Amino acid sequence: MRWRPGPIVCIVGIAAILPLVELVLPPAAHVSEAVRGVFLYAILALGLNIVTGYAGLLNLGIAAFMAIGAYGFAILTCEIYPFQVGFWPGILLTLPIGALAGFLLGAPTLRLRGDYLAIVTLGFGEIVQDVLKNLEVVTKGTQGINPVPAPAIGGTMWTADDEYKWYYLFLALLVVVIVAIRNLERSRLGRAWFSIREDELASRAMGIRVERIKMLAFSAAAALAAFAGGLSASVLSSTGEPSNYDFQVSILALCIVIVGGIGSIAGVLVGALVMIGLNSIVLVKATAALEALGIGGSANVLLSPNNWKYLIFGLALVLAVRLKPNGLVPPRIERRAT
Amino acid sequence: MEPYEVFLQQLVTGLSNGMIIALIALGYTMVYGIIELINFAHGDVFMLGAFLALTLLGALGMEAWAPGWQLAGVVLMLVSSAAFCGSFNWSLDRLAYRPLRRASKLSLLVSAIGCSFICTNLGLFWGGAPMEVFAGGVAAAAPKDFPQLIPQYNLLGESAIRIVPADVAVLAVTLPLMIALVYLVKRTRLGRAMRAVAQDSTAAALMGIPVDRVIGTTFFIGGALGGFASVVYALYNNTIGFQMGYRAGMDAFTAAVLGGIGSLPGAVLGGLLIGCVRSMSDQYVELRWTNTIVFGILVLILIFRPSGLLGSTRREKV
Repeated sequence: MRWRPGPIVCIVGIAAILPLVELVLPPAAHVSEAVRGVFLYAILALGLNIVTGYAGLLNLGIAAFMAIGAYGFAILTCEIYPFQVGFWPGILLTLPIGALAGFLLGAPTLRLRGDYLAIVTLGFGEIVQDVLKNLEVVTKGTQGINPVPAPAIGGTMWTADDEYKWYYLFLALLVVVIVAIRNLERSRLGRAWFSIREDELASRAMGIRVERIKMLAFSAAAALAAFAGGLSASVLSSTGEPSNYDFQVSILALCIVIVGGIGSIAGVLVGALVMIGLNSIVLVKATAALEALGIGGSANVLLSPNNWKYLIFGLALVLAVRLKPNGLVPPRIERRAT
Repeated sequence: MEPYEVFLQQLVTGLSNGMIIALIALGYTMVYGIIELINFAHGDVFMLGAFLALTLLGALGMEAWAPGWQLAGVVLMLVSSAAFCGSFNWSLDRLAYRPLRRASKLSLLVSAIGCSFICTNLGLFWGGAPMEVFAGGVAAAAPKDFPQLIPQYNLLGESAIRIVPADVAVLAVTLPLMIALVYLVKRTRLGRAMRAVAQDSTAAALMGIPVDRVIGTTFFIGGALGGFASVVYALYNNTIGFQMGYRAGMDAFTAAVLGGIGSLPGAVLGGLLIGCVRSMSDQYVELRWTNTIVFGILVLILIFRPSGLLGSTRREKV
C-alpha cells in the first residue's frame, strides 16, 4: 500500500516551510509570529483534549495551570529568585509542577459528576488568578515577574528579534508533544480514557480503576498546560499580569478542542489554526486595516473588530455543539452519538 | 462608629445584596431543577436586563421626572426588564438548548457557556449606544452610572446605622416575588407540571404534560426573576457594566449550590448567606480576597456537601 501523509503530517509540513515562503512576501503579509501563537495554543489545547476529549471531563480552568506553569517557570529561572536553574531545566520542570497542581486539585474533586467538576475547575481558575494577584511578595502582583530568560542555543540568549528561532523551537516542541500524545492515545492508558468516557460504570466492571485513570488524565492535561505557560512566559520575557490567564483563555482552549474535533489531534491542530487565526490574525489585521482607513477606533463600538471576540467564541461553541458535535476533523474512533 | 454598629451596617448591606443574589439564584436553581443544566448565560441575561432599564431611563428622561412619577418609572423598568429577560431566556432555550435535549449534558453546558459569551458581547455593543446615559457610547466597555432614583436619606434618623429607602425597595420587590414563586410552584397546575417534569420527564410526557412548553415556561420565569433582580441591583448599587453578569452569576450560582441546587428556599438562604459573607469579608478580611472566599465556599461545598444545606441527596441516574 502506498504511504499517504495524514492531516497531522500535512499541517506540520506546511508550518515548517511557512517561514521560507515569508521570505519572498512583503513584511505586511508576515504571519509567522501569530502562527507561533497557534503552536502555543495547540500545546495547551492538546492538554485540554486529554482531559475533555479522551476522558470526557469538562475542565474550565485550564488557564490556571498555564498560569502555574508560567509563574513556576519564572520563579525557578528569574534572577530575582534564588533558584536560577536556567531555561531547559526550568521548562522541563514545569511538567511535574503542572502535574502536581493537577493532582492536588483532582484528588478531592474527580469523584464529582461532570457539571460539578466543571464548576470546581472554573472556581479554581478564579482562585489561582486572585491568589497570584494578591500575593505580591512572591508574584509581584499585577506587574508580573520579569525578565524571564529565553533559551540560549549557541552562546547568546534569544531576544524577541529571533523570530524564526522561536518559531522552530515551538514547532519542534509541538511535534514532540504530538508524538507523545499519539503514543498515549494507542496505549492501554489511552484506551482506558476512551472507555471511561463512553461508560464509567461498564469500565469499572471491566476492572479499570476509574479514579486513577481520571487522575492521570487530569494531571497530564495540567502538565501540558503548565508547559505551554512556561513557554509563553519565556517568549514574552514576562509572566504578564495574572488576568492574562483568565476564564477567556480557558474558553479559547475549549473552543479550539470543540470546534476542531473533540478527542482528535488533527482536529485540535485545525481548531487552533481556525480560532487563533481568527483571534490574532484576522481580527488584528482587520483592526489595523480599519484604522488605516480612518473609520476604526473607539468612535463606534461595532467597527472595532476586537469587540467581536466574545461573540465569535460564543457562536463557535454554540454552532459547533449544534451542527458539528464531532468537530471539523472528527477523531477516527467516533464518539458515541448521544 | 462603634464596632457593633459597623457589624450591623455590614449586615444590612449584606442582607440587601443577598436578597438580590437570591433572586438571581432562583433562576439558576429552577432551570437546574428541571433539566439539570447550569444555565451559564443566566448572569448575562441579568446584565442585559440592567442595560434595558438604563436605556429606558435615558430614553424617557426619567431623571427629570417628579418623584411620584419616578416611582412609576421604576415600576415600568421592573416590568419591561422582567418581560425582556424572560423572553430572552426563553429564546435561548428554544434556539440553543432545546435542540440538544438528547445530547450529553456536557454539550448542553458548552452551549450555555457559548450563549453566555454571546450575551456578554451584546452587552458590550449595547454599552456603545450613542445615548447620553451611556456617555454617548464613546467608551462602550466602561461601567455606566445608574442614576439614584430612590432617595438616600437615613430612615433611622440620627442613628449611625443607615437604612436607606433603597434597602426597603429591595425587600419590597424581592420578597413578594419569592412568595409568588413558591405559590406558583407548590399550588398551581403549572407548578405541578414543572415538578413532574423535574422528577421524570418521560413519565410526565406520557401523562400528557407538554414537556417542552413547561421547560420553556421555566426558563421564562427564571429569566423574568433575573430581570427584576437586574433593576433592583442597578438601583441599589448605581453602577452597571457589561461584565457584571459573570460576577453576579457566579455569586448567585454559589448561593444556589450552597442552599442546595434545585431547592427554592435553599436558593434564598444561600443568597442571604453569600450576601452577608461578601459584606463581612469586605469589612473584616480585605476587599481583594472577597471573590476568593466566595469561590472557595463554592469549591468546598461541591466537594464536601454537593447537596447543599437544604437539598436532598439524590442518587445519580445511570
